[in-house]
Amino acid sequence: MTFEYAPAPESRAIVSIKPKYGHFIDGKFVNGRNHFATINPATEEVLSQIALGNASDVDKAVIAAQKAYTKVWSKLSGKERGKYLYRIARILQERAREFAVLETLDNGKPIRETRDIDIPLVAAHFFYHAGWADKLDYAGMGKSPKPHGVAGQIIPWNFPLLMLAWKVAPALATGNTVVLKPAETTSLTALLFAEVCQQAELPDGVVNIVTGDGSTGSAIVNHAGIHKIAFTGSTEVGKKIARAIAGTNKKATLELGGKGANIVFDDAPIDETVEGIVNGIFFNQGHVCCAGSRLILQEGVADEITEKLKARMSKIRVGDPLDKNTDLGAINSREQLAKIHELSAAGDAEGADRWSPSCNLSDKGYWFAPTIFTGVTQAHRIAREEIFGPVLSILTFRTPQEAIEKANNTPFGLSAGVWSEKGSRILWATQQLRAGVIWANTFNKFDPTSPFGGYKESGWGREGGRHGLASYLKEGK
Amino acid sequence: MSRLEVKKTYKLYINGTFPRSESGRIYEVTDAKGNFVANPVLASRKDLRDAVVAARAAQPGWAKATAYNRGQILYRIAEMLEGRADQIAAEISVTTGATQKKAHEQLMAAIDRWVWYAGWSDKLAAAFGSTNPVAGPYYNFTIPEPQGVIAVAPKDEFLAFIDSIAPVITSGNSVIALVPGASAVPAMTFAEVLATSDLPHGVINILTGSHDELAPWAASHMDIDGMDISGIDKKKRTALKEAGAENLKRIHHFDDAQTPTRIYAFMEAKTVWHPIGV
Repeated sequence: MTFEYAPAPESRAIVSIKPKYGHFIDGKFVNGRNHFATINPATEEVLSQIALGNASDVDKAVIAAQKAYTKVWSKLSGKERGKYLYRIARILQERAREFAVLETLDNGKPIRETRDIDIPLVAAHFFYHAGWADKLDYAGMGKSPKPHGVAGQIIPWNFPLLMLAWKVAPALATGNTVVLKPAETTSLTALLFAEVCQQAELPDGVVNIVTGDGSTGSAIVNHAGIHKIAFTGSTEVGKKIARAIAGTNKKATLELGGKGANIVFDDAPIDETVEGIVNGIFFNQGHVCCAGSRLILQEGVADEITEKLKARMSKIRVGDPLDKNTDLGAINSREQLAKIHELSAAGDAEGADRWSPSCNLSDKGYWFAPTIFTGVTQAHRIAREEIFGPVLSILTFRTPQEAIEKANNTPFGLSAGVWSEKGSRILWATQQLRAGVIWANTFNKFDPTSPFGGYKESGWGREGGRHGLASYLKEGK
Repeated sequence: MSRLEVKKTYKLYINGTFPRSESGRIYEVTDAKGNFVANPVLASRKDLRDAVVAARAAQPGWAKATAYNRGQILYRIAEMLEGRADQIAAEISVTTGATQKKAHEQLMAAIDRWVWYAGWSDKLAAAFGSTNPVAGPYYNFTIPEPQGVIAVAPKDEFLAFIDSIAPVITSGNSVIALVPGASAVPAMTFAEVLATSDLPHGVINILTGSHDELAPWAASHMDIDGMDISGIDKKKRTALKEAGAENLKRIHHFDDAQTPTRIYAFMEAKTVWHPIGV
C-alpha cells in the first residue's frame, strides 16, 4: 500500500498583481522609464513588469530620504518612531497570507516556508525593533546615540521581504531614513510593503524603494547623499562595495557568502541529525548564505548517516511551491540554475560521486533535484565555492581536531553546525569554529533578537539584536 | 679616560626574538640638534611576512588563554615598563625634543594604559556579549571573539604606539606594529620589556620603518584580518582600504586614544544556538 499526497494548493486569489510597477519615492508610486519582466520561476509565467531604476531615480529617492530625515524623521521622538514600526508590524501580520503567497509566486520558495518562516519573522523584526526606538540609550552606544542619516540598502532574492525587514526595521528604529533596492528577480513583496507604509501613514520619504538591477545598486552605493550602506549578497559584490566606499565616510554592513560546515560527531543523535542536515542544505532550495553546504561526518557514522540521508531525501517533495505539501520549490532564476548546473558538473569532473533521488521535475520553470556528492575532498570546487542551491558536499573526518581544521579551511566564516550529544564537545567545537553563527543540534534558525553575520570574507557587522542595532548608530558622547 | 658606552644595535622584534632585517636596511634617527641617536631597522616586505607567520602561529594560543591570565600578563607588562621608565622617558625626550617632564608624563600614561586594558580582558563578554531571548526553545548567546592577526600603524609617538597595540591584544588578537620614525627608538626598548613580561612569543611583533612602504604591504596581505590606520595620513587611507577589500579586512582609525571601541573594533560577535529540552 502506498500513500499519495493529493494536491493542496494555496489559493492565489488573495493577491492582486498589477501589470506594471514604478518606484516608491517620497510616499508615492512614480513611473519608471524602462521595465523588465518579473516571472514566477516555477512556471516562467510573467507576473509583472518592474521598473529599471537609473541614477536619476536613485537621486530622487535619496533627495526624498534626505528631506524626510532632516524635516520629519530625525525630529520625531523615539516613542513616535516606534509606534510607526508597531503599526507596520501589525499590518504585516494582518496581510501575512497575502505576502506569503506573493513571495512564493515571485521567488519560487514553498508556501510552507513563506507562510511559517519568512513572513512571521518579518513581522517579528518590525515588532522587535519598534521597541528599541525609544530605548537607544540602552543599546550600548553611549548616551543619545545618533543615526547616520540616509541608509542605502541593497537586498538579495533568497529571502526578499525578510531581508527588507532585516534592513528597514533597524534603520527606522534608530532614526535613519531609507533608500532600498530589492533584488532584480524579486521586487513584488517590497512593492507591496510600500503599500503597507502608506497604510501605516509612515511620513513620506522615510522609506523609498527603487527597483532595478546591479547598475541601480551601484548608483545607490556611489551616491554622495548616502551615509550608510547595508548590503546582503555575494562576497564578490561585497568587495566591490568595500572598494567603492574606501575613499568616503560611508559606513557599511555586508552580509555576504558562506560555505557552512555541518559537523557530525559519532555520538550525534542520528535521526535528529539527518533532519538537521536536510534542513541545513535543502531549506529554501539551498538559496541560503548560511546553508550547511559542507557536511563533515565522523568516519564511524558516515555510512549510516549517508544512507539515512538518502532515504530521507527520497521523501522530499519537489514541486509546485504553492502546494502546502511541497518541501523544495523552484530555483529562483535561469541564471542561478545555470550556476548550480555548472558547479555540479565540476563536482562530477573532479571525481566526486553524485546522487539524487528520482524526481519528476516540470518542463516549465527552473528545477534542480536535491543532490549530494560523496567522496568530496577539500580541493574540490564544490567544497570551496558557494553553490547556493540544493547541493550538499560530504566530507569525512577521524579526529575532532581534523573536523575543525576542515570546517575552518575556507575564506568564508558565516555559519557552522555541530551535532553531538556531549555538551562539552559541542561547546569546545563552537569555540574552535571561525563563524559568526553556530547551530548546535539544530540548523537555520533565525530570530530578531539574535545577532547574525560573518567572520572573514562573509562580511562586516551583524544584523539583529543589540549588535545589529549598533551598526545604524553613531556612538553618543 | 672616561669609559666608552656600549650602545645597542637596533633590530626587529618578531616571535619573541630580535632578528636583523633580511634586507640589511636601516635609517638614522637624530636628536633635535641633528646629532646621531640610533640606526633603527627599515623593515622589508619579507620582514612583514615573517611577522605575519609568527603572529598567526601565536594567536590561537593567546586567544585560548583565560581572560584572567591575559589580564595578568598585560598587568605584568605595566610592571616591567615601570622598571624601564627612566630609560624610555629619556629616549622619548632625546628623540622628540620633549622636556624630561613631558616625556615622563607620556611614559606614565603608557604604563597606566596597560593597567586599564589589563582590567578589560575579562569584562568584554559582559560588555559586548548578550544572551538573546529567541522565540523558541533554544538557548542563544552571543560572545565577542578576537579577529585574529591585526596590523597597526600608529603615528610617530610612543604613547600612540602603546594605544594601538594594547587594546588589540587585550581580546586575544596578535599584532604587528608598524612603528615609524623616531618612535622606533623607545618602541624597541619596549620590545625588551615585552621579552621579559610573560607575553607569549609572537603575540606582539614590532617592525620599524616606513608607513609608506609597510602599510600597503600589510593592507594587501591576505593573512592579516584587520588594521588600525590611525597614524596614516587621511589622503593615504583610501588606497589602503581599497587594497584591504580583497579579503574584507576590518580597517579602522580612531580619534579617541583610550576607549573600549579600540578593543571591540577588532572582535567578531559569535552567536550560538542550542535546543532546550529533556
